[in-house]
Amino acid sequence: MKVLVAVKRVIDYNVKIRVKPDGSDVDLTNVKMAMNPFCEIAVEEAVRLKEKGVATEVVAVTVGPKAAQEQLRTALALGADRAIHVETDERVESLGAAKALAKVVEQESPGLVVLGKQAIDSDNNQTGQMLAALSGMAQGTFASDVSVDGDKLKVIREIDGGLQTVELSLPAVVTTDLRLNEPRYAKLPDIMKAKKKPMDVTTPADLGVEVASRLTLVKVEPPAERQGGVKVSSVDELVDKLKNEAKVIS
Amino acid sequence: MSILVLAEHHDGHLGEATAHVVAAAKAIGGDIDVLVAGQGVGAIAEAAAKLDGVTRVRVADDEVFAHQLAEPMADLLVGLADDYSHVLAAASTTGKNVLPRLAALKDVAQISEIIAVESADTFKRPIYAGNAIATVKSDDALKVITVRSTGFDAVGEGGSAAVEPVEASVANSLSSFVGEELAKSDRPELGAAKIVISGGRGMGSGENFKILDSIADKLGAAIGASRAAVDAGYVPNDMQVGQTGKIVAPDLYIAVGISGAIQHLAGMKDSKVIVAINKDEEAPIFQVADYGLVADLFEAIPELDGKL
Repeated sequence: MKVLVAVKRVIDYNVKIRVKPDGSDVDLTNVKMAMNPFCEIAVEEAVRLKEKGVATEVVAVTVGPKAAQEQLRTALALGADRAIHVETDERVESLGAAKALAKVVEQESPGLVVLGKQAIDSDNNQTGQMLAALSGMAQGTFASDVSVDGDKLKVIREIDGGLQTVELSLPAVVTTDLRLNEPRYAKLPDIMKAKKKPMDVTTPADLGVEVASRLTLVKVEPPAERQGGVKVSSVDELVDKLKNEAKVIS
Repeated sequence: MSILVLAEHHDGHLGEATAHVVAAAKAIGGDIDVLVAGQGVGAIAEAAAKLDGVTRVRVADDEVFAHQLAEPMADLLVGLADDYSHVLAAASTTGKNVLPRLAALKDVAQISEIIAVESADTFKRPIYAGNAIATVKSDDALKVITVRSTGFDAVGEGGSAAVEPVEASVANSLSSFVGEELAKSDRPELGAAKIVISGGRGMGSGENFKILDSIADKLGAAIGASRAAVDAGYVPNDMQVGQTGKIVAPDLYIAVGISGAIQHLAGMKDSKVIVAINKDEEAPIFQVADYGLVADLFEAIPELDGKL
């Protein structure tokens, strides 16, 4: 079974973001970028499926600017066999990404597509579900466990208040939650080897899809600043403040 | 304008979040219908009909909707959406699962987790884990939106909307429900708790997290952790509060032995009151804490426990 895994280039999760002074967007100039953490979990799961002998080939794909090839190389270093770059400089949101990915699915016919549940920049949590809809596939979102059984996929999903197990017909889409696995780090020899792995470059136009966002970003502003509070000198004072000033405990 | 709100429900009860989503619908303005889809949902529909501002409750009661799986739920919504200018759902694991599927099938963008309504087509939503607030405008004829409950005060009761069945023939050959394992802990769920007490790397070990139990029991609090504590192997990942974990906004958040890395702050800084207990007075957590106590947590926590 071929597994397609989608990854996104985002700001590194340790970087403190800055809003541009003109309020047009978040400032990404000279900021450290990395693979979205949920996408790392997706790559790890795909590679583990291959190690278990369930997957025969792992193909990494991204939709984004030229620089996003860095994240595809990371996926290759982590164990993907080859990569597909859908290159665009448009501001792509979930629907556009899902449309491009649906075309790649059409061309590649994977048995399973794995994506992160959300990207830590736009926080949309949409692309996997949209891809499943466009490709007519079942979806196992927010997965904490995935197992293939013949032509069925069993997915344990993290839902509000607990876990839900569903069985999906293959091919299917899975989106990863935090507990699914702990991603490995790429080893230096694998990073070197990844440079020689094949990477195909295509464009939304080649795929025949329109990826530009339908949403207008009117403005971006920093959230209301939180006022630093007071230091209390003792546990007694803390309890008193919580009971009588903040009134959050009784 | 007319708005369809997808009702949230579990175990035969209307979910609290629905009243918040109806509030968001009222802020947009127009007739508000609520869709209750499931199996044996009569009582839930009656509860939804009482929500203030609801015009009509539409009920799709069928085995195929029993566990609100995304595939049949989206197909149901696709059939109904043409009557509406907006479709809203809570940004719960159900809403997040179902609505993007609807949006894609209708070829429209989805606007996720709105926290404010600027106008019928313009909304505010947090991005970068709440470190920036984006104002976005949709030009699509149909607006598909998930609503963050904490952004809107729940509507009250007092309505008496008409309840009507929906005739829908939806089949599902893609997915099936196998089972569910809901947390039976007496403690509230991290994402819904009014009080959260979290431990960080300063806890020193997984064993030491037990000292938080008694306080959590007394306050009815959920227990969380920072990524540092999770990475150190003290506690499992599902306890993680932060940009890559759960985003929480309780009435009271108590951070114990947490330094306050950006990625943790992103997950809790919308809490109403923040308390920090840390022995390092330079820890960044104190910059966002309403009440900071510079103390050794292994002395302060037992003392706090004794005084609650």
